[in-house]
Amino acid sequence: MFDVRDLTTSYGPVRALDGVSFTAREGEVTAVLGANGAGKTTLLRTASGLVRAERGQVRLDGRDVTRAPAEDMARLGLAHVPEGRGVITELTVEENLRLGGLHRPARARRADVERICGLFPVLGERYDATAHVLSGGERQMLVIGRALMAAPKVLLLDEPSLGLAPRIVTQIFDLLRSLVASEGLTVVLVEQNARSALSIADVGVVLNLGKVVVQDEAAALAADEKVRHAYLGF
Amino acid sequence: MPTTTEAGEKDPAAAADGRGGPRRRWRSSVLPRHLSLAVLGLLAVTVVMETTGSFANSQLASMAYLGIAAGGLTVLTGLNGQLSLGHGAFMAVGAYTTALFLDGEPPALPLPVVLAAATLVTLLVGAVVGVAAARLHGPYIAGATLALAVAVPGVVLHFERLGGEQGLGVRMPETPVWVLDAAYFVTGSELDPTKYVAYIGWAALVVTYVLLANLMRGRVGRTWRAVRDDEVAAEIAGIHLGRARVLAFVVSTACAGLAGAVMAMAVRITAPSGFSLTLSLTLLSAVVLGGLGSLTGALIGSALLTFLPHLVTGLGTDAGLTDVRAAELAPAVYGLTMILVILVAPAGITGTLRNLWRRRRGVA
Amino acid sequence: MQQLLTTALGGLTLGAVYAAFALALCLIWRSTRIVNFAQAPMAMITTYIALVIIDAGHSYWTGFAAALVSGLLLGAVVERVVVRPVEGKAEINAVILTLGLFILIHAVAGIVFGSRYRSFPAPFGVRGLTVGDTPVALTGFGVFTVLAVMVVMGLLVLLFRYTEVGLMMRAAAFNQEVARVLGVKVGRMLTLGWALAALVGSLSGLLIAGGSLVHPAYMDSVVVYGFVAAVLGGLDSPVGSVIGGMLLGLSLSAVSGYLGSELVPLAALVILMAVLLLRPGGLFSHHAERRV
Repeated sequence: MFDVRDLTTSYGPVRALDGVSFTAREGEVTAVLGANGAGKTTLLRTASGLVRAERGQVRLDGRDVTRAPAEDMARLGLAHVPEGRGVITELTVEENLRLGGLHRPARARRADVERICGLFPVLGERYDATAHVLSGGERQMLVIGRALMAAPKVLLLDEPSLGLAPRIVTQIFDLLRSLVASEGLTVVLVEQNARSALSIADVGVVLNLGKVVVQDEAAALAADEKVRHAYLGF
Repeated sequence: MPTTTEAGEKDPAAAADGRGGPRRRWRSSVLPRHLSLAVLGLLAVTVVMETTGSFANSQLASMAYLGIAAGGLTVLTGLNGQLSLGHGAFMAVGAYTTALFLDGEPPALPLPVVLAAATLVTLLVGAVVGVAAARLHGPYIAGATLALAVAVPGVVLHFERLGGEQGLGVRMPETPVWVLDAAYFVTGSELDPTKYVAYIGWAALVVTYVLLANLMRGRVGRTWRAVRDDEVAAEIAGIHLGRARVLAFVVSTACAGLAGAVMAMAVRITAPSGFSLTLSLTLLSAVVLGGLGSLTGALIGSALLTFLPHLVTGLGTDAGLTDVRAAELAPAVYGLTMILVILVAPAGITGTLRNLWRRRRGVA
Repeated sequence: MQQLLTTALGGLTLGAVYAAFALALCLIWRSTRIVNFAQAPMAMITTYIALVIIDAGHSYWTGFAAALVSGLLLGAVVERVVVRPVEGKAEINAVILTLGLFILIHAVAGIVFGSRYRSFPAPFGVRGLTVGDTPVALTGFGVFTVLAVMVVMGLLVLLFRYTEVGLMMRAAAFNQEVARVLGVKVGRMLTLGWALAALVGSLSGLLIAGGSLVHPAYMDSVVVYGFVAAVLGGLDSPVGSVIGGMLLGLSLSAVSGYLGSELVPLAALVILMAVLLLRPGGLFSHHAERRV
């Protein structure tokens, strides 16, 4: 479904991603884990075209999208929720949602808004409010909802738990899990919070200094004491 | 504030360190080096002045005052990262002060004192503006100084003593006899008033540049560059940001004041139209063309401002344009080159040449 | 009383023009963080285009429309060709670039159209209207000025609030990266933003010129007033720019009426410095802190 082969990216002389390969299977959550600076965010940014890949391939549904510009990714079926949530706080909740479905026909978009406000009732309540009044958890729901507006096949999520209270994190992750089941989404979840991420993921990929060090079923990773100590910090 | 325009005033320091010489020896050798350069420069100017006619002499006088003002501006913009679009206004302050002090028969003060007074008055005005401007940034300081440039001609009109649209005539005092004698003794030719003013201008320029060069190489210059490159880091290093900015502004406006004084003497009239926005913008284009932060660049820039108009205006009239329209060709060239410099060669003429030179020698 | 009324009405007309110009600066600032000082000569040259067309025997309105369209095109070309490479770079480079454009366009106007003063027609009377028997200091063209600015602002509000393009433009202005991953062609939106801004700038150029004289420098002081107005409104807010323009128009009209017109630029400078030092976020900002 979402396939990364030998992906390599540098910022000037610094190599941030070094030959990363993995596959995120359809209808599963793949957690990408690792310490700060391991290359997790760069992986997502390269996959969505925000950063240029030096080498390697990104395939979406069998189609090579490595060189596709970031602007085209939403239309191709890939939604990227950048780090720091990416709510446009100056716009209203409604406008943020509308932006999510730019390439969709107007009627489908209206139906999607209904559906998403059903999934996240708080967005319906705050529909006409400016997004900067939302709490951290509400903003996270808004960006996930906005990503769903694009009717994506693959959802890339960058640190959704960042700065949220543990209770909210659990709530968001539960929602995510149920979305994967109901929508048949493929999710690539980048997380520092490895324990929570592995609790909802099917597969885990551990990055260190831009390389994949381990990839395995999530349960197996969570059980592997050595990996946990060396890379996951729990 | 980072700038991509860096004409490499750091290079001598780096080169000196590279040679492994002790820092103190390098520091103490700076002043003699600047002084000997200054003497050489004055000699060169004398030779040029004595071998050219009256028209070229007056052109050299304008190059001198443009060079002084551009030198001050390049320190402010290139080293400290502040942009002033109001240096024409500061030149007006210097020029009007000079005109007022020279009014009277004989003038109340000797010429060098008048120059110093004009510099000082402008410096005070600059301090007031600088204190306000020190708190502003990029486009805001540009807008504020732009407003200043537009406001000053109106203020001049407001005070009747300043002569309104016609402006004030500038009475050049008689050239002192000992100067005439000395000039004749050295050059073997008579010193006419035009040449006298040109010499004053170049002497003022050389003094200004020596002072600026020492300031730039020393502790003050390092402070300015630190503030320009990274405010937060500079502040952590114990630099008082506001003080550094105000000082740069004051030094720069003092230069503009002196330039205005020389301009008043060279042009013999100070009128609001002489200090329009165009003058301020042209000065900026001179320092950008030459390479921000470089005194050599400022000098090259002011040479272009002085000599280019004749050349291109001539080409324009040859091509069938009227005089008035052909006169606009020179600013067109400045504007276009300014754009190209920013887009293609942000280091300006001096910086680009230096980079090419280094690449050829394989140093960079 | 008469004097006060004259001042107020004159200020209103002037304010409308400053508001339009401030809006043009604000639109560009919002999307690219650049203050386009070249807006003044850009508006000047499009007004000359209108003048050439009118002098060739076409109607005022043909010239008017041609100026607006050429403003639109000029804005787009300037953004795409000259400004795009410095977007996101050190801010001093962008400022110098717009000043280079300023000098260049000025000179080109001098070469092509000459530097002498030329009179520009007005489509409506420029003599004061009368209400009953009392003459009022409001001209037909003054009324048109205020209306034209209001119409353009209304259209912009409609565009930004209610259309998809407007939404995409706002998204691109507020957060380029997020806009890109959502599928907004950010580059295209920036070009469009500059084009619209230049159109609004051209409008203010036409309105200043109407019934008056044009020469290559006639917009130079307007860029200062427009900048002051935009800063009054916080530079980021289109509505703030419009209100700032109106306030500035009224204040400067009062200065001109009571103290002398030569002090108007000085008054603008004083107002600008006062705002920047006391309320750097503009008159209407909620947050007092803002780096200026």
